[in-house]
Amino acid sequence: MSSPPVIPDRVARFPFPFPEAHYRYSTNVEPARTPVRTAAGEWGRWLIDADDGYRDELALRAQILAADPSRMVSAPHMADAAWDTLLLCLGELAAAHPEEMVLHRDGAVYRWCNRRLDEERHFRRGDADSLGADPLAYAGSQVQEDIVLLEQREGELWAEAGLVTFAADWSLAFDIGMTFLEIHGPVPRVHVEGVIPRAHAFLLRLQPDAPYRRTNWTMSADPRLDQSTETYPEWGPARERALVDPAAVGQLQLRVEVQHLIRLPTSGAILFLIRTHLLSLEALMTVPEWARRFAEVLRELPADIADYKGVAGLRAPVLGWLEHPGPGAASRERQSRSAARSPT
Amino acid sequence: MSTPEQRLCVATIRRTGTVAHLRLGPSDGRPLGSFTPGSHILIQTPASVNAYSLTGPHVDPGAYEISVQRHRDRGGSAWLHQLSVGHTVSVSGPVSGFAPVLSAAHHLFIVGGIGVTPILSHVRAAVTGSRSFEVIDAHRPGPAAHRDELTRLCGSRLTTVTDRGALLQRLTERLADQPLGTIAYLCGPAEMMAAVRALADRLGWPAERIRSEAFTGVALAPGRPFRVRLARSRRRVAVAAGVSLLEALETAGIAVPHRCRQGVCGECRVGVLAGRPEHRDLYLTESERASGDALMACVSRCLDDELELAL
Repeated sequence: MSSPPVIPDRVARFPFPFPEAHYRYSTNVEPARTPVRTAAGEWGRWLIDADDGYRDELALRAQILAADPSRMVSAPHMADAAWDTLLLCLGELAAAHPEEMVLHRDGAVYRWCNRRLDEERHFRRGDADSLGADPLAYAGSQVQEDIVLLEQREGELWAEAGLVTFAADWSLAFDIGMTFLEIHGPVPRVHVEGVIPRAHAFLLRLQPDAPYRRTNWTMSADPRLDQSTETYPEWGPARERALVDPAAVGQLQLRVEVQHLIRLPTSGAILFLIRTHLLSLEALMTVPEWARRFAEVLRELPADIADYKGVAGLRAPVLGWLEHPGPGAASRERQSRSAARSPT
Repeated sequence: MSTPEQRLCVATIRRTGTVAHLRLGPSDGRPLGSFTPGSHILIQTPASVNAYSLTGPHVDPGAYEISVQRHRDRGGSAWLHQLSVGHTVSVSGPVSGFAPVLSAAHHLFIVGGIGVTPILSHVRAAVTGSRSFEVIDAHRPGPAAHRDELTRLCGSRLTTVTDRGALLQRLTERLADQPLGTIAYLCGPAEMMAAVRALADRLGWPAERIRSEAFTGVALAPGRPFRVRLARSRRRVAVAAGVSLLEALETAGIAVPHRCRQGVCGECRVGVLAGRPEHRDLYLTESERASGDALMACVSRCLDDELELAL
């Protein structure tokens, strides 16, 4: 008798986002740090953790930032929120990885030790010189999450700062200075159905001791993390190629974001964290429940939502492929894993 | 709903006139959470759940500090006044509903009497963050709670007035001469806050640039107790004050699908067959609320003594 197949870690921890056979936008928020069992494993036990892509994704972020500094926006009035963000991120990492990471406070001095990156720093809150870096930039060098900070004033939430290198078809530099409601203006259905106004009212009342999360999803042609508006010419056309090349369909990625919504304790700003997970259709096929469910969702998806997510043209080829996947799945899967490691 | 679920221990207690100052420390040595300036905590007293502003340092506090004005007609404050060192009390986590506007060009704090309490943490944050600010403080002649500390923090940025005429004169001067982007924060007696708003309105202030502390604005009130009758299972469940209908049903072993516990996601919608729901959610539309045939169990309650539910 053969032993059951070993499920790779990144499949086992993948936040498969379809609890139901149809998908609509909804105010799908739930308390953070709640583990979710899936057909392949579990996700969501920690607010922030480091997975097997940790070092590579952080190295990729550093390269992207060096090439395009506009991916980070900071502002003097958001400095307090940036320190809040840094301390929250380090504290959550330490909680998830106590054997490798420690955040310790002795009086006013914090000590951060991250063995995964061979990092050790002693710093005081509010003193960037002691940290040796801008607090937002340093936070982005320690967590895989993209970061957006919103300020609450006059009954609105304004995107005022952030560090985003792994956007899915949007641009931080474009959205900075806009309100939450303006940023979500183009999303279909959600205004008429009250999804965004409810989310807005929810965020205005969010309290520091109650972080929340939601998932969102899209599809992309390859495992490239940086799909920001700024680099569209580099990644946009690849999605079109999948329409005409059946061999490329298995390389399409289900791209899932786990987004955390957190009221920061001392500044009162809202921290929006986005962690991007990628799974190729070939890897998805290794979990039969997921393949079946994804086909159901895709088949039923209304045209306007499919258009907004950029998957309208992919629907037929993907459904066809899910029913009759091509040969050589395993070897292509290995290639896609190595591609995910190499910054492009 | 934020409920008093953390046990804290009275570390020190001292008095200024009719105000008791309590420092509440962790009884298990675990550090307390930082809080946003202007935050309050809820404290369970035998008579009621009361809200008190946090007056101490807001970053990595060693204790939560509150100041309790003794009211003759409110049992809660009298109970807190008779506590002594070592007593434990049930306290919620910090609730923020009166936060500083981070991008304000200037912060104008207007304080009346015991309304100083939520302003102290604002002023401390403004000092450490090098923010531009000033304070207009009105209180009766003689000593008043926290004024030594306020003076020490503010220096020349503090104006103190002890009569109505002087207050109005000072307010008129300062409200008429502010840089664009000033935010005014009010905390004091309701009559005084209304007078300040009226004056600011006459001087052309946009209403949203004036913030005032309203303890009930953010956290949902614990609500009155009520009962539910379950039509299908023919059971009855009591819902105590401070306990949500969803929690009471869960405790009774009745599963209701839910997600956010904040009245937002719509998962815990339950049909109402009789009785008038008190809607406190953000999910149902106005017409759904008016029809009264469903409620969100995680936050909503009952206007009467009993509801009949389709469970």
